[in-house]
Amino acid sequence: MKQKTVAAVGAAETTELGRIPNMSVIQLHADAALNAMADCGLKPSDIDGVATAGISPTELAYYLGITPTYADGTSVGGCSFMLHVRHAAAAINEGLAKTILITHGESGRSRVGAGGFRGGGGNSSLPGQFEAPYGPVGPPSMFTIPVMRYLKTRSYTVEDLANVCVIQREWAAKNPRASMKDPITVDDVLNARMIAYPFTLLMCCLVTDGGGAIILTSAERAKDFPHKPVYILGTGESVETPMVSQMEDFNSSKAFRVSGKKAFEEAGISHADVDHLMIYDAFAHLPLYGLEDLGFCKPGEAAAFVRERNTAPASSLGKIGKLPLNTNGGGLSYMHSGMYGMYAMQESIRQLRGIAPAQVPGAKISISHGVGGMFAASGTVIWSNEAP
Amino acid sequence: MDRVLPEPTPETQHFWDGCKAGELLLQRCTECTKSYFPPRPFCPKCGSRKVEVFKATGKGKLWSYVINHRPRPDLGTEPHSIAVVMLDEGPQMMTNIVGCPQTPEALQLDMPVEVKFEDFGKITLPLFKPAGA
Repeated sequence: MKQKTVAAVGAAETTELGRIPNMSVIQLHADAALNAMADCGLKPSDIDGVATAGISPTELAYYLGITPTYADGTSVGGCSFMLHVRHAAAAINEGLAKTILITHGESGRSRVGAGGFRGGGGNSSLPGQFEAPYGPVGPPSMFTIPVMRYLKTRSYTVEDLANVCVIQREWAAKNPRASMKDPITVDDVLNARMIAYPFTLLMCCLVTDGGGAIILTSAERAKDFPHKPVYILGTGESVETPMVSQMEDFNSSKAFRVSGKKAFEEAGISHADVDHLMIYDAFAHLPLYGLEDLGFCKPGEAAAFVRERNTAPASSLGKIGKLPLNTNGGGLSYMHSGMYGMYAMQESIRQLRGIAPAQVPGAKISISHGVGGMFAASGTVIWSNEAP
Repeated sequence: MDRVLPEPTPETQHFWDGCKAGELLLQRCTECTKSYFPPRPFCPKCGSRKVEVFKATGKGKLWSYVINHRPRPDLGTEPHSIAVVMLDEGPQMMTNIVGCPQTPEALQLDMPVEVKFEDFGKITLPLFKPAGA
């Protein structure tokens, strides 16, 4: 084992997922946090570091009765929690705290104690001046802007986007907690209500309520906890632009490339070592960008990789793919509260503990790759159930 | 319903003044010659503060778009394009493509477009239309 290794020892989601009208945002954080503490036998007084986004770490610590020596409020959108994991690992190694709690909670559907969508930052911000006047209505008409160019450059089709949704629904069907479990076809996806051409409703993520939490500590201490630790092998992060219209390349996310490369370098693994992959799928195109920008596929090969069932579960069409992807059903079918990155990591941890509803047999290394804003930010965590 | 409009800042005022005067103004670094947008008083490529404002041709091509079907009352009740144009000078810019049907058939990637200024009172927005339309 490396001298400086950090591991997740507790992990849990909110007790309920989907529609939770009886819980405010702060209580969703707390519910997930208490479940994660119960998962590893800790009390709030055992926690000395907190990290969260959406609410402030101050609010979280006060509400749970935690007196931290470390607080991280990094807020770069849905991948914030990946960055929290990365920062927490460094903080534990530096001795800033011993046991750090990272939480997420969002009343995305019920809007209990939730503010409005904060995308623009006012009419004088750069997005407020140079994007908002042209009529976007939140992520479905913004995150999707580069895609027509991407399809043309890569010679992909809207059917390729729909395939992503269909295969993730196959995974969701195996997951009792998934919001959407009924099988769908490519035609179902293409014929669904148009949201922002070429994106139909089924190519857009769900809007649900829920939360999740992760507890990290040093690998040395991790051995004393009830569950097998899930170790962090490497992490990455980056940001590009708050305006999707100013992405350097509409065919590739610079933040994805930088974050992914850094995580692979830190972990010292190759792509062939990866058993399981989570790519934050706010919309159907993100897994395709992610497969290419993380280096699992060459540019132009991701659509065929998905179509040929390399990311799919076992079915009458064949055995499980060589790179199972978004095995909880993803933001498209499992749940999406607004900042989904936490759920991608929860599924990576479940897979490496061997307790996922759609378990990948023998999974040892999993990657959680997140996006923040609309290709604005990215965070990557490479996990293993074997001590490095 | 009144159109949602930008509130200029000291760094961007010249751009919106240009639109009001019927000119699409970009900036260019005099050290590394990069042309860029949105406005800022330094070069985003090399960091130099030696930059100048220049009048762009207002011509470019349709780079990517969506046709938004979600309600945005200040843009009317029909689905509308939200597009990014690649300007001949290099920078890319969000806009609406007007003067043509808001359909995939009419909105062909790489088609030439040109700026069409539209006055909304205190602000004039740089919209784009198919070239020659």
